[in-house]
Amino acid sequence: MPGPIVVVTMGPVAYLDHAASTPMRAEAVEAMRPFLSDVFANPSGSHSAARAAKTALEEAREDVASLMGARPGEVVFTAGGSEGDNLAVKGAAWAARDSGGGDGVVVSGIEHKAVLGAAERLERQGYRVAVVAADIDGAVDLDALAAVIDERTAVVSVMTVNNETGVIQPLDAVARLVREHAPRALLHTDAVQAPQWIDVAEATAAADLVAISGHKFGGPKGVGALVHRDECALVPLVEGGGHESGLRAGTQNVAGIVALAAALRVTHERRAEETERIASLRDRLEQGLTSSIPDAIVNGDVHHRVQGITHLAFPGVEAEALLLLLDREGVCAASGSACSSGAVDPSHVLVAMGMPRDRALASIRLSLGYASNASDVERALEVIPRAVGSLRGARTIGA
Amino acid sequence: MARVLVAMSGGVDSSVAAALLVEAGHDVTGVTLKLWGGEGESRCCSVVDVEDARRVAAQLDIPHYVFNFADEFERRVVAPYVDAYSEGRTPNPCVECNRTMKWGRLLERAVETGFDRIATGHHARIVETPDGHALLRGRDPEKDQSYVLYMLGRSELSRTLLPVGALTKQQVRSRAKRLGLRTADKSDSQDTCFVSRAGRSAFIAARVGSIPGPIVDTTGTVLGKHGGIHEFTVGQRRGLGVAVGERRYVVEVDAETATVTVGECGSLLRDEVRISDLDFVAGRPVDGARVLAQMRAHGAAVPARLERDLVRFDSPQPRVAPGQVVALYDGDRVIGGGVAA
Repeated sequence: MPGPIVVVTMGPVAYLDHAASTPMRAEAVEAMRPFLSDVFANPSGSHSAARAAKTALEEAREDVASLMGARPGEVVFTAGGSEGDNLAVKGAAWAARDSGGGDGVVVSGIEHKAVLGAAERLERQGYRVAVVAADIDGAVDLDALAAVIDERTAVVSVMTVNNETGVIQPLDAVARLVREHAPRALLHTDAVQAPQWIDVAEATAAADLVAISGHKFGGPKGVGALVHRDECALVPLVEGGGHESGLRAGTQNVAGIVALAAALRVTHERRAEETERIASLRDRLEQGLTSSIPDAIVNGDVHHRVQGITHLAFPGVEAEALLLLLDREGVCAASGSACSSGAVDPSHVLVAMGMPRDRALASIRLSLGYASNASDVERALEVIPRAVGSLRGARTIGA
Repeated sequence: MARVLVAMSGGVDSSVAAALLVEAGHDVTGVTLKLWGGEGESRCCSVVDVEDARRVAAQLDIPHYVFNFADEFERRVVAPYVDAYSEGRTPNPCVECNRTMKWGRLLERAVETGFDRIATGHHARIVETPDGHALLRGRDPEKDQSYVLYMLGRSELSRTLLPVGALTKQQVRSRAKRLGLRTADKSDSQDTCFVSRAGRSAFIAARVGSIPGPIVDTTGTVLGKHGGIHEFTVGQRRGLGVAVGERRYVVEVDAETATVTVGECGSLLRDEVRISDLDFVAGRPVDGARVLAQMRAHGAAVPARLERDLVRFDSPQPRVAPGQVVALYDGDRVIGGGVAA
């Protein structure tokens, strides 16, 4: 018989994993509260209780649309970033086939697994799939991209911001390439890591499809949004009662959607102020680590990355061992892309950048967010150099 | 109190091992080793097992991590396993996994991250004697696993805890039930963890192909054909695919000519076995020392003398397949062992 849920409270923790998930903003928690109790009706109903839910849902849609630079009819609510990516990539590819369009799918190798997984599935369904590498600085290789986009390409997917290195991708250049080489193709961008740092409307201006996820900017988990510009043709993943303009059946997660809208609003309003503050924290952290840890390397293009991420290699150290030591000292960090089992695989992003395997396995990501403060940075600066030093020391003695 | 890193496979033995360590007041951390892809037909290292381990760790209120040793496992356990079969030998991958993964990579990782000890759910006992640490058979003779730990020296033993070795399997299960551990009724693991349900033969054939050849009797007369030598192990009786009057056993597998020789039970008997890669817990015993030799994971130990690299049996024994482990005991105490030549 399962026991009660035990909430483990810990000592002082420096949470440096905002790229994985952020704490919810108070405004988002507040916004969703009525929809967890009083306002519970199905927004598709035709009575007064349903209308209250429907109104909240559509107001949230208008809000999200305006914040993402789209029209309300162009916003589909999803259950998160992975669903948005799948709906965009598969939905666009399937729609192209249905309308006698192209069968080509082009994705960058540094995409989130949701995009890569969707592309693999399409390949098994007979689509021609090309995966384009990135350069060692972490940006998609535009020449390689140009070489594989042709008039038979149905969908191209290049993310707005990479989730591991934080490198901002040249989306405008990608959009030009697509218009030039494949005017009928749709461009999807996974903008899941973007909202805290970049006005998502800029991504929407460049792309046809834009996916975001609530919990990356202070909203709840399990809710996201996909913009599809000009209501471009998509085949839905989930069929049913015609919700979300027939693109995503299922009673909407009203509480989550309302909270996502609130979080996106606050994130947008405070972006300039928050990013400036976070940038100075991140710079202090990065400078502190690179100056106190011999041979530390910053991965990715430091001139084209978001303000919250530093991705570092400590040669001679295994990230898995380092993360254990950091966790023991209350520093939450990440490495590679944690799979469902929790094992750390060598990061496919770093591999796609052409990084040597040893350096990839010696790399960790520290990601800050709106909730980060100076004491997190001080704690990390105290713990990380010591942990790296002790691992290197153990290796030297063992050798 | 020690800082202990316990390897948790998601099975009942290692779950109870972790629980006993916590009860004993140690500072315990759980780790699950990801050794294999975790996808496909083999259920080894599956997400379900990792999740079981994680949930048990949460129940015990200890941290839990996953270490990804899949690359090294492939290189140091799986590849040699495939090579051995394709060379006509019979490997013991559990022994190689213990040697290179648990008491190799894991112990190394544990030391560098500040742990005093590693622990596993193996059924064997470690005791401190005036001469140093010693390895004894587990309390439950049916479940004893000291055979696959013969290679542990004093240094490894001094940094290892085997908490369930003092219990019978039944006691382990009832302890797990009493603690309400979700793994209490999980079935025991069987066979080679990374080999899928399709079986060893298909696994090896998929990697290195199979070379068919003749099946002959001890006089060289051809009795039939086989699909690949990796399907045969010295001592094997089933699945020979030749119809002869009496029972026939594989007595020889020759990789060079892909020939499998079969014979009567009597032609398998040997007075001795030569062993290589000898490891001793606490130094080599004197030449001619009396030992008990165990040639299979759950086989009986038979009296013998150890003379240099020869184990001479008191009475003839069925031939030990080349590649199999011969573990040597003094009573219940492991002396060491090696690999049959």
